[in-house]
Amino acid sequence: MLAFIIRRVAQALFVVLAMVVIVFFGTYVVGDPVWMMVPGDATQEQVEQVRREFGFDKPVYLQFMLFVADVLQGEFGRSYVHGGSAIGLILDRMPATLELAFVALVMAIVIGMPLGLFAGLKPDHPAARAIMAGSILGFSLPTFWVGLMLIMFFSVMLGWLPATGRGPTTTILGIETSLLTLQGWKHIALPALNLALLKISLVIRLARSGTREASLQDYVKFARAKGLSPRRIVGVHILKNIMIPIVTVLGLEFGSLVAFSIVTETIFAWPGMGKLLLESIQRLDRPLIVAYVMVVVLLFVTINLIVDILYSALDPRVRLAGKNE
Amino acid sequence: MSDLTLTKKAEAPQKAKGEFARFVERFLEDRVAVFGLALISVIVLLAVLAPLIAPQNPYDLGRVDIMDSRQPPGAQALDGFTMWLGSDGVGRDLWSGILYGLRISLMVGLVSGLIAACLGLVIGLVAAYFGGRIENVIMRIVDLQLSLPSVLVALILVALLGKGVDKIILALVVVQWAYYARTVRGSALVERRKEYVEAARSLGLSHTRTMLRHILPNCLAPVIVIATVQTAHAISLEATLSFLGVGLPQTEPSLGVLISNGFQYMLSGKYWISFFPGVALLLTIVGINLVGDRLRDVLNPRLEK
Repeated sequence: MLAFIIRRVAQALFVVLAMVVIVFFGTYVVGDPVWMMVPGDATQEQVEQVRREFGFDKPVYLQFMLFVADVLQGEFGRSYVHGGSAIGLILDRMPATLELAFVALVMAIVIGMPLGLFAGLKPDHPAARAIMAGSILGFSLPTFWVGLMLIMFFSVMLGWLPATGRGPTTTILGIETSLLTLQGWKHIALPALNLALLKISLVIRLARSGTREASLQDYVKFARAKGLSPRRIVGVHILKNIMIPIVTVLGLEFGSLVAFSIVTETIFAWPGMGKLLLESIQRLDRPLIVAYVMVVVLLFVTINLIVDILYSALDPRVRLAGKNE
Repeated sequence: MSDLTLTKKAEAPQKAKGEFARFVERFLEDRVAVFGLALISVIVLLAVLAPLIAPQNPYDLGRVDIMDSRQPPGAQALDGFTMWLGSDGVGRDLWSGILYGLRISLMVGLVSGLIAACLGLVIGLVAAYFGGRIENVIMRIVDLQLSLPSVLVALILVALLGKGVDKIILALVVVQWAYYARTVRGSALVERRKEYVEAARSLGLSHTRTMLRHILPNCLAPVIVIATVQTAHAISLEATLSFLGVGLPQTEPSLGVLISNGFQYMLSGKYWISFFPGVALLLTIVGINLVGDRLRDVLNPRLEK
């Protein structure tokens, strides 16, 4: 077990290192960042001065080593646009993004599970067919366009929910959240639903196929033969067994929710780090882009690592499979 | 003896044709899939024939009148034709814009898919065929690529590369190739151990020939399924990037660019500028996905009765 964990941690570190290299050389190859920082009519001396100040006059390998040293200290330089520490700006915006992703995740389970369960139990029911058709639609609908339609329908035509912003936030235990006020919930409803849409379809499909598989298992037949009520069979025996894979998949999907929130946050003007990233891209604010990428990669690697280790703890076959390779 | 070879030769193509006919037959059994296929056919036809059927050439500035801007669906253009879907912010007929936008969206999706497929096929084959360290390195890179969400990778790439059709195609290739590589490697690993590969090798055929002429054709079924899903995904991703303002420039108005242009008019209730291009995008993606779903069922040997 220990050997497995050590190997997985080493792999994770390797991924992070690979990303550091890719990000550095990616930004290095693209162009001379000095030209983004100096005004258009800058003299040659001014350009040289900026170059020296930021260390761009040093050879590539030295710049790379300095970059790695900075990254190891959690330092990504100062934002060209905002002036503050890039990583600080990202971390400031992070709670808003995580809150949005979390609410979307809960929505995916609360909406997707019952629908998928129903579609799995009565596959030939017209409503079940409608649910499955809906889930295909959910996979096909482009997220950003659904966002626009949600705004159009709920904000412009019906006027029920606000289209932009986060609304008032309350601070609890040092974390700002909008989940404690009704106004906050109104603000988060549309963006969270937009973000959750793809995952709702995913949960419906997983729950349906899981239910169909489980209903044929011996333990379900046995429970039925024992005379348990259908409600108990579905609620306890089937639900418990299909929950495990669904929760696992959703855990892995949390990272992609954070990534997709770039789109949702931009449409709904949600003040998270995804919106910040897009603004930085449009203004070529390189330190912020680099900081965002590294934060998200770290988030991904950590989630994958935790899921892998939990899996191997629960299922010894995973560990053995790795050894045989 | 010669009779025998003759009949055998005659039988072989017949059997292949029979298989294909059976495949077509099975595909057509599902009415939803047929609907999807018809949908795509119509859309592709509309895109190809756009210059002939569009009432207005949206690139021709001489024919676009600013006085026509933001007209609701069904309004009469100053030129005399009816703008059934309304017009956009600078007075272009939306229906014409969608027809031309479809061309760009489909082109970007297909070209990037084709390049990614070729790249992924070769890389996946090489990994499965040679095994060992080469395979290890390749699959690590594939895993790394697939562990990151495509929208993020594409966004960062386009941010670094800049706008333009070639750049967005490059970004879409980068996010897609790994799916093909993984799929091909999976089936090639199985095929590699079969006798016919050994036979080809003992006949003295080169590695390249063995891989491309003998193994590859037997790995294509799952690739076709992946290709449909990935093309839909690529079209959707391009639209997303263009919507975010980092994809195609205004001079290449794909569906995503059209939707993006309409966003600013959304809050004032002029829904059609974003709505109709979105519907076109949606129908395209739904059509491809319906066909892909059916292909998966038909081509999957485990589901065959």
